[in-house]
Amino acid sequence: MARRLSVRRVSTGQITQTVAELCLRANTKLRGDVYQALARALSRETNPRARRIIQILLENADCAQEAQLAICQDTGLAYIFVELGQQVLISGGDFRQALDKGIDQGYKQGALRNSIIQQPLRRMNGPGFSPGIVHIDIVPGKRIKLTVLPKGFGSENKAVVQMFKPTASIDQVQQFVVGAVERAGADACPPFIVGVGAGGGLDQAALLAKKALLRPLNSRNRDRFLAQTEKALLRKINQLHIGPLGLGGRSTCLGVNILTCPTHIAGLPVAVNISCHALRSATRII
Amino acid sequence: MRKIYTPLTEKQVELLKAGDEVLLSGVIYTMRDRAHARMVKEIKKKRLLPFSLHNQVIYYCGPTPAKPGRVIGSCGPTTSSRMDAFTVPLLKKGLKGMIGKGKRSPQVRQAIKRYKAVYFLTIGGAGAYLSGKVKQAQVLAYHSFGPEAVYRLLVENFPLIVGIDCGGRDALRRSSK
Repeated sequence: MARRLSVRRVSTGQITQTVAELCLRANTKLRGDVYQALARALSRETNPRARRIIQILLENADCAQEAQLAICQDTGLAYIFVELGQQVLISGGDFRQALDKGIDQGYKQGALRNSIIQQPLRRMNGPGFSPGIVHIDIVPGKRIKLTVLPKGFGSENKAVVQMFKPTASIDQVQQFVVGAVERAGADACPPFIVGVGAGGGLDQAALLAKKALLRPLNSRNRDRFLAQTEKALLRKINQLHIGPLGLGGRSTCLGVNILTCPTHIAGLPVAVNISCHALRSATRII
Repeated sequence: MRKIYTPLTEKQVELLKAGDEVLLSGVIYTMRDRAHARMVKEIKKKRLLPFSLHNQVIYYCGPTPAKPGRVIGSCGPTTSSRMDAFTVPLLKKGLKGMIGKGKRSPQVRQAIKRYKAVYFLTIGGAGAYLSGKVKQAQVLAYHSFGPEAVYRLLVENFPLIVGIDCGGRDALRRSSK
């Protein structure tokens, strides 16, 4: 006989409050690993102008945290990644609405920017704060893990996906990734963090490329082949010498993260999602 | 570091060379995608514009709202190339400077040379830092556009790097690789 698992109630009120706090934290406190990566880049940078720019970026992060100002005025399209424990019972209202209410509250309280237009083709009416883009994974357990990733569109506009043939070489894939970054250039605010997704279908590869941005820069890919590929890509991208503001320098890329998943024998979808240096995300487990 | 002041005269513009770092003080106007599209439409229809572009500097920026006690929120640059298609009519009307980030098209570079204007870069993603350089801010036009409205900003020692000078020299195309 199966063991009876207990149910844990979580209120939509708590979810809303958590999302609001995460929106504010993500936008005002630069992720620790990103800050450290910028500081490391500064110590390795030899181009005097590039050094001055990186110094300003670090000063910007300090200033944003102290004054509780947005690190960047593009407070982004709010992505919310949820790991929902299958023993959780959401009570008190609609789960999806609670998430969007959290975005509205957090963005309003934090004086963040209303950058969301409801009708992408007709583009009428003033922008708002929500809805966010929500991805929910159901996982074992009783907890809810919430991650908010405000994605700015200077970098998002440079995202690409290609449906490679299954016989494509790893070299071709690497060339595609490096090419995407080269085309992004200064528009996406280097130094970048590059997310690569491979596998699934077109949509899944693109999602993996975005999720890849969540992995801390000071962590290593558990898969040895992928770790080596990440290292090679980082080297090749930095050899582009785009540099901060696109004015040259060694600091073009702070890290490359690759996420993969199984795919069809007839294909190899590969996506690249570039983040600017203001890579913002915040997580809480409730 | 050299200081420059708005309104930007042709004389001031001629002294600026691609790659120069300067500090700008004076009034600048924010304008991004929607304001550009609207203003170019109004120029075509020969309507009166919300402000005179003559010798003025615009800033590709959509700021976050000001918190209580502050002049402006976070206000870094947005990607300039999205405004490329709307730039020539503004230059024809006497616009002298544009502040943003990233490359401009060859057509814009030629127009900057032809109309003796200048394109400046400022630090993308440093919105909190740059907000300290803004001393006054008011919404001037297109209020309903929210963050895309035209703001009139009074700035002091706003850090800029000359991206494209009036001779058509481009700091971004010569320094990559």
